[in-house]
Amino acid sequence: MKTIKEINEKIRKGDVVVVTAEEVIELVKKKGHKKAAEEVDVVTTGTFGPMCSSGAFFNIGHSKPRIKLGGGTVKLNDVPAYAGLAAVDIYLGVTALPEDDPRNKVYPGEFNYGGGHVIHELVMGADVRLEAQAYGTDCYPRKKLETLINIKDLNEAVLFNIRNCYQNYNVAVNLSDKAIYTYMGTLKPNLGNANYCSAGQLSPLLKDPFYKTMGVGTRIFLGGGVGYIAWQGTQHNPCVKRKDNGIPQCPAGTLAVIGDLKQMKPQWLVGTSLRGYGATLIVGIGVPIPVLSEEIIRYAAAKDEEIYAQIVDYGKDYPQLVSQSLGEVNYAQLKSGKITIQGKGVPTGNLSSYSKARDIAEELKSWIKEGNFLLTESVIPLPAADSGYGPRLLPERPWG
Amino acid sequence: MVSKKIVLHFPNRLVDRPIVYKLVKEYDLKFNILKAYVTPQEEGLMVLELIGKEPDFNKGIEYLLSCGVKIQPLSQDVIRNEDKCTDCGVCVPICPSGALVVDPLTRKVHFYDNKCIACELCVKACPTRAMEVHF
Repeated sequence: MKTIKEINEKIRKGDVVVVTAEEVIELVKKKGHKKAAEEVDVVTTGTFGPMCSSGAFFNIGHSKPRIKLGGGTVKLNDVPAYAGLAAVDIYLGVTALPEDDPRNKVYPGEFNYGGGHVIHELVMGADVRLEAQAYGTDCYPRKKLETLINIKDLNEAVLFNIRNCYQNYNVAVNLSDKAIYTYMGTLKPNLGNANYCSAGQLSPLLKDPFYKTMGVGTRIFLGGGVGYIAWQGTQHNPCVKRKDNGIPQCPAGTLAVIGDLKQMKPQWLVGTSLRGYGATLIVGIGVPIPVLSEEIIRYAAAKDEEIYAQIVDYGKDYPQLVSQSLGEVNYAQLKSGKITIQGKGVPTGNLSSYSKARDIAEELKSWIKEGNFLLTESVIPLPAADSGYGPRLLPERPWG
Repeated sequence: MVSKKIVLHFPNRLVDRPIVYKLVKEYDLKFNILKAYVTPQEEGLMVLELIGKEPDFNKGIEYLLSCGVKIQPLSQDVIRNEDKCTDCGVCVPICPSGALVVDPLTRKVHFYDNKCIACELCVKACPTRAMEVHF
């Protein structure tokens, strides 16, 4: 019906019609799929939640005399970075912790500062302490480096997150009789609360459940700047059970994303601490969905009531890798503040900010409307729902 | 003898007056400063432990009030750092007193500090450390 090329032409001319993934729901209700698909060119999505498989590459520039960080050790504000690359390239993961962080020795640990916080501070424009030790070579004689660095002086600062933007997620509860501290937040004993983590009807992969418009090379909103889908995310799991509307009913697809950290904004990349679990980074992502057909708007107009997630016990089942659902609920029920599990009313909390997800969808909408953001054709699609692609468990093979 | 921790708010016109000195000199009270923010031209805040005989203590408090100092009993206050809060809502089911509520329309999290019992559960549960304990 429409092509990305035609939509981009409209963006350039300034007469593109863009609505958010929330607005499209009302529009379709009012005008029907056919009419809405004719009128709307792009639907914008958004999500803003902790995403642990995130991190950034930095090229810090060569010192005089030269130093080879590769094979040595590097710390940024005491947080260790990965130095198994060439002379001055390093990678900082968001869950990395200072050596002297007590972790869970004092349980539950606070994890007040980690790699995600360092990235947050760099994006804010703050100076960060770099301390490095190297072994010294004929061509890179220096063995020690201590300097402040600032993002504006780095040659490259590239956010490269190997798994972000989960398509749906579990609702976490605790059936045990002790409080537990998880990546889904603090879970009170005996079904004290139920935590979920998705923007539901605003979440990118829930609005294009079969990845018909999103693939490698898709331009996106990433951390307040422009990024790209680099690959399917690790543990991409497209072949899970889906509802009749095509939407996976458990965690499914994922994205690997990349973008220039220098353009990003501290409000959309926030260093975060999960008590008893670790440090991480909240990442803001928005993906535009080009309305190429009526089918695509039908998917994009899915509402919270039609998106289901599984309730999982993190007291025993999850840690022991027992696959068991205690039931399923939809996002409208989750957003009501209370769900019923095993006959008990359980208050709900979202780890992923819906209001910020909405802000991201609005921001991306305004970029497109103002002509600052053109859509891209994907280079290759993500592994599809009938591809057989999916994660396997570790086949442990002890030796000796 | 009584010993109480109190929070004093000084209007800026009083900041340069030796008020605490008078408590010692006139009312024979001992004091221990737990916290103080005093900047010229701004409201001053002081958290004091005040120790003395009960009649002296009460006269001291009367003196403070007569000067225009506002007095609060010390209870630790939980406040929200608005710059840090991302409105995720993971604190909402943690709060035992219903002080944290998601607005059904805006999906922003409201903090009703009049309902807060300063248990600090949210302080530890908040991923961005937006809930802070203040005197």
